[in-house]
Amino acid sequence: MENMVNIFLFGKKYAVPANLTIMGAMEYAGYQLVRGCGCRNGFCGACATIYRIAGDRELKVCLACQTKVEDNMYIATLPFFPLVKQVYDVEKISQSEAVMMQLYPEIYACVGCNACTKACTQGLNVMQYIAYAQRGDFEACAEESFDCVMCGVCSSRCPAGISHPQVAMLARRINGKYLAPKTEHLENRVKEIKDGTFEELLEALMQKPVSEMKELYNNREIEK
Amino acid sequence: MVEKRTAIYTEEMLESMKKVEAARAANAEFEPRRMTAEEKETLLATYHPDYKQSEFRVLEIGVNKGEKVPTELAALLQANSRITADQVDLNKIDYDVDVLIIGGGGAGASAAIEAHKNGANVMIVTKLRIGDANTMMAEGGIQAADKPNDSPAIHYLDAFGGGHFAAKPELLKKLVCDAPEAIQWLNDLGVEFDKMPDGTMVTTHGGGTSRKRMHAAKDYSGAEIMRTLRDEVLNRQIPVVDFTSAVELILDENGKCAGAVLMNMETRELLVARAKTVILATGGAGRLHYQGFPTSNHYGATADGLVLGYRVGAKLLYADTLQYHPTGAAFPEQIYGALVTEKVRSLGAKLVNKNGEVFMHPLETRDVSAASIIRECTARDNGLATSDGLGLWLDTPMIELKGGEGTIEKRIPAMMRMFGKYGIDIRKEPILVYPTLHYQNGGLDIAADGMTGVENLYAAGEVVGGIHGRNRLMGNSLLDIIVFGRNAGQQASEKAKSTEVGALTLDHIAKFAAEAAEAGIATEVVSPKLLPVYDHGNKNVVKEAF
Repeated sequence: MENMVNIFLFGKKYAVPANLTIMGAMEYAGYQLVRGCGCRNGFCGACATIYRIAGDRELKVCLACQTKVEDNMYIATLPFFPLVKQVYDVEKISQSEAVMMQLYPEIYACVGCNACTKACTQGLNVMQYIAYAQRGDFEACAEESFDCVMCGVCSSRCPAGISHPQVAMLARRINGKYLAPKTEHLENRVKEIKDGTFEELLEALMQKPVSEMKELYNNREIEK
Repeated sequence: MVEKRTAIYTEEMLESMKKVEAARAANAEFEPRRMTAEEKETLLATYHPDYKQSEFRVLEIGVNKGEKVPTELAALLQANSRITADQVDLNKIDYDVDVLIIGGGGAGASAAIEAHKNGANVMIVTKLRIGDANTMMAEGGIQAADKPNDSPAIHYLDAFGGGHFAAKPELLKKLVCDAPEAIQWLNDLGVEFDKMPDGTMVTTHGGGTSRKRMHAAKDYSGAEIMRTLRDEVLNRQIPVVDFTSAVELILDENGKCAGAVLMNMETRELLVARAKTVILATGGAGRLHYQGFPTSNHYGATADGLVLGYRVGAKLLYADTLQYHPTGAAFPEQIYGALVTEKVRSLGAKLVNKNGEVFMHPLETRDVSAASIIRECTARDNGLATSDGLGLWLDTPMIELKGGEGTIEKRIPAMMRMFGKYGIDIRKEPILVYPTLHYQNGGLDIAADGMTGVENLYAAGEVVGGIHGRNRLMGNSLLDIIVFGRNAGQQASEKAKSTEVGALTLDHIAKFAAEAAEAGIATEVVSPKLLPVYDHGNKNVVKEAF
């Protein structure tokens, strides 16, 4: 007999193998998931989950696909959370801190409780990246928030009603588009291609018989 | 980011790990030779899953009749429709648009943005959420020949050779020529690429590349691209109908594609979408678990687009070739099959067998690497037993030896986190890997304008076949979804301007069924599959196909 544990899915008890993830355990119990399941690998944020081990005071959060079940785990999934996503034109947006005041003014109502950081399924310092956003340091906000999977658990715990993942998303786009250094070699290459610099060479390659292409491929120089 | 150890190694693993550790310094220095063309050929023919004839079936009906495809795919391509024509009132139109995009991954989102830019009334329908796609999970990077020592021609040669000289030249040319512009387009949307302080892109090798042209956003490359594209789709207020799948395409009386029958995934309500042009961007098929392999793919990767297209007469190309990513996680079992990005090897980690020996060059193409790992674990018996199968070592601490302390946390934080959840510190310990089903090399056959053989039906992304030939290089998939996603959006929205939709029909359903009956095919299976069903060994619960 496999090593089994008791878990409580939305309060109902199921005995499941101890080696399963929460997501696997739900499927073992008989659920056919439609919501709350996306990449199954910790990147998409679809399976945000809240749990408490019976007897513990602390409420914990996790991604169901990345977390093993434990005995006496009380589990509630959070397949959707109503984040606020403001609409803006990235071509026209201001890069000053005023943009945050304009689009996400609630970040200035942060009470510093740090519940967001404690709730992050990725272990990010969420309150810190909001602080960077408040003062218009979008580069720091982008870096600090980079691993965010936008599951929304932080926002579910926020007394100020902040939609942290969306604030970070805005900061990253401003940083990526406007603040990060420009890439000269990229601009040059795009222009060269538009000018048809490689056209003849490519057309010639496309016409070559496979035997000749094999020769070229097998003897090509490989950068160290 | 490393939690307490919950993964329990076997004695054999611990013994072997000591050997790997002892040999590390020497192994890190060692430069293994690359295989010759002949060696690769023999290796693939003997060990690559694509060559296992018993796992394929010849199609008996449809446009690719007489060609072989994986058994699991054949069952779906020749299955019954989920609906009959009389269940749907084609006069009651629920959505009426210029361009209908089926699929909410990187290709679908790119197509939507471009179609919208071109003034089209465009809509995305997706069976899960926008962004629930393999794009989100692509870790390693995206190729583009934008460095001075590189060129689109070299990129072409790398990809053409890596794909066994089978790519359609006009598609591959487009891929490599539009690559730098694709990077620029993403950068201008705000995607954060890894750059040096002077703006130079940080680029690395991938398996089979002859120049360092892998651009990345740490090891969240796909996630960073996908969340940015999603944000842009939402900024443009393009309608996204989520948790709704396409279950049949609709043609008009002239045989042109003119929409789709949609199904709400939660209520099963059927809806009709009419469109002047349709783009299939439904992605891959990892969740069909070909040959019993685990997969690195997202939950919805069930080959739906191939089924939808095939039933209306769109031809498939190279549907018999799949990519098994050499390094899926083999341990611990909770992440069995999850992707361990090729970037781990790009940064200097080598593959090491149970005796602590480096047995191959770490950056051969993916098909060769996968076959080599399978050979090492089976015929040569140099692998280790895990609870789900076999595995051997990917010696991640070599990265820190080579790149200095902190390289792992900075360059591959997602990998560090994934193993860290089980108490495995990849900075200090090697990890166990084995090939995992990763990518559908083949798919719908398209022309350079993105259109399939069915007029006004376009395809983009992993659902397409022919861009990469019979094997794809790392970083050419993220590239392909952007280049061909944008292309499909531009072309389909342009074509929509001159399209008049005739009377809608679902006659193809009965026609396809009649062909199946005539071929003597009797099956209970319905398709598209939409979602896999997992019971994790609990046989007390009876689960039907979704």
